[in-house]
Amino acid sequence: MFQKVLIANRGEIALRIIRTCKEMGIRTVIVYSDADKNSLPVKYADETCPLGPPLARKSYLNVEKIIDIAIKTNSQAIHPGYGFLAENASFAEACKNNHLIFIGPSAETHRLTGEKITSRKMAKKAGIPVTPGSDGAISSLEEALCVVRGIGYPVMIKASGGGGGRGMKLANSEEELDRVLRTARGEAAAAFNNSELYIEKYVKEPRHIEFQILGDQFGHYVHLGERECSIQKRFQKLIEESPSPLVDESLRKKMAEAAIRVMDSVGYVNAGTVEFLVDTNKDFYFNEINSRLQVEHPVTEMVTGIDLVRQQIIIAAGGKIEFSQEEVRQNGWAIECRINAEDPDNGFAPFPGIITQIFIPGGFGVRVDTHLYPNYEIPPFYDSLVGKLIVWGKDRAETIERMKRTLSEFYIEGVKTTIPFHQKVMQDEDFIKGDFNTHFLEKFEKGRS
Amino acid sequence: MNGKIFTIKSVLSGTFYRRPSPDEPVYVNEGDTVKPGQVVCIVESMKIFNEVRVERKGIIRKILIEDEDSVLIHQPMFEVEVI
Repeated sequence: MFQKVLIANRGEIALRIIRTCKEMGIRTVIVYSDADKNSLPVKYADETCPLGPPLARKSYLNVEKIIDIAIKTNSQAIHPGYGFLAENASFAEACKNNHLIFIGPSAETHRLTGEKITSRKMAKKAGIPVTPGSDGAISSLEEALCVVRGIGYPVMIKASGGGGGRGMKLANSEEELDRVLRTARGEAAAAFNNSELYIEKYVKEPRHIEFQILGDQFGHYVHLGERECSIQKRFQKLIEESPSPLVDESLRKKMAEAAIRVMDSVGYVNAGTVEFLVDTNKDFYFNEINSRLQVEHPVTEMVTGIDLVRQQIIIAAGGKIEFSQEEVRQNGWAIECRINAEDPDNGFAPFPGIITQIFIPGGFGVRVDTHLYPNYEIPPFYDSLVGKLIVWGKDRAETIERMKRTLSEFYIEGVKTTIPFHQKVMQDEDFIKGDFNTHFLEKFEKGRS
Repeated sequence: MNGKIFTIKSVLSGTFYRRPSPDEPVYVNEGDTVKPGQVVCIVESMKIFNEVRVERKGIIRKILIEDEDSVLIHQPMFEVEVI
């Protein structure tokens, strides 16, 4: 096992990783930008190393500097958290070249999963349903029209280098398709350094359901069930839960088998997620592989009792997954509300600032992952996520009641947060019934205005 | 009014960018004439990119912040001479 791990991240996820490392007797090194010198991860880690200016490109994305610090501090492995360098193939490669273990899948796997056209082909080859669309990259309007003739409008034009909700555009007609194709290629090249585009049929009223998979170096795969992530604003998740209100035992079995098959086909090692879109007929389509630990991983931990970061570390150190598929139990229900420093009454506009007062709720079945504390200043340079409130209950109804209770106790003064938004959603009839899809927020906001 | 200097202040805290992306030219240089509605910089706050536009015609006299430096809410970013 590792003696020392460097954490190349910040905020709540850095804290989350430090906590598991401590419990495993592993020393931690945290790197931090000037904006984070007073942060909790810096206070809790065993060793701290400055990265320089706040700008991510000069700090948390500075591969050379982070590798250099890892070597100088005698760290054996690097945990990238999520975001920043978590899905960066060159970083995974740089770790390997410097005899450091990247806690995540290999550079080769990152390359396969990062190219959406490639991962779509891999899924198809593995016999997994993918959304009807083009087989490869689209290079002309004629080619695009040929694909659309087979599947019909509306269609999504997606960037192969995109994913996670970025680099997607909708077209309802030939005219729109022409317009989107003209602009999307340049935008994709600028944003992802990859101008390849592909076309998919637009799935109407889809639910976003993903499966948590673990794979070790011995070719063992287990799934830890699904997460329902349909409550999103502009493709960014706000509320997640496990299990999904839609998924029954037979659908779960089918989707889990498909998810493991696709991970096996790319030789995936470590923790990863397979995302599906599920339509109103409960037909599911492969969407993408997220080759990292995800923000919403705690809902899975709450229902399975399995520490995912611990498994990541064990797998990265060359160990076996600590349990078999038969030993995994999904017990009860868990919901996560993302606490963002945003003003929900002003289009979720960012709201950085100083926390003047804070009360963090507790009680049975409650978990709060946050790096906030009184007088902490939320810097404007990074993501607006400042905490995650996760509650567990024996069933969905009990979990919603517990979530309402904890949200009403959660008190943050100094900045606006998404807490009032979550309180309203917990009262929403469709949410309570579990009857929603990725368009929930549009409908919800229309209903309230 | 002509010859009078006004400042463009940031309405957000974040990062100040003089160009739309790292490999593109800057929006404006000192000495440039700008017209109402013209974009002069971007301020990024929590991954949201906000274009800052100038409200009236003028000449950029001074750029007060370095590209990619942090900017505070209400901090002056440009001095512009009214023309």
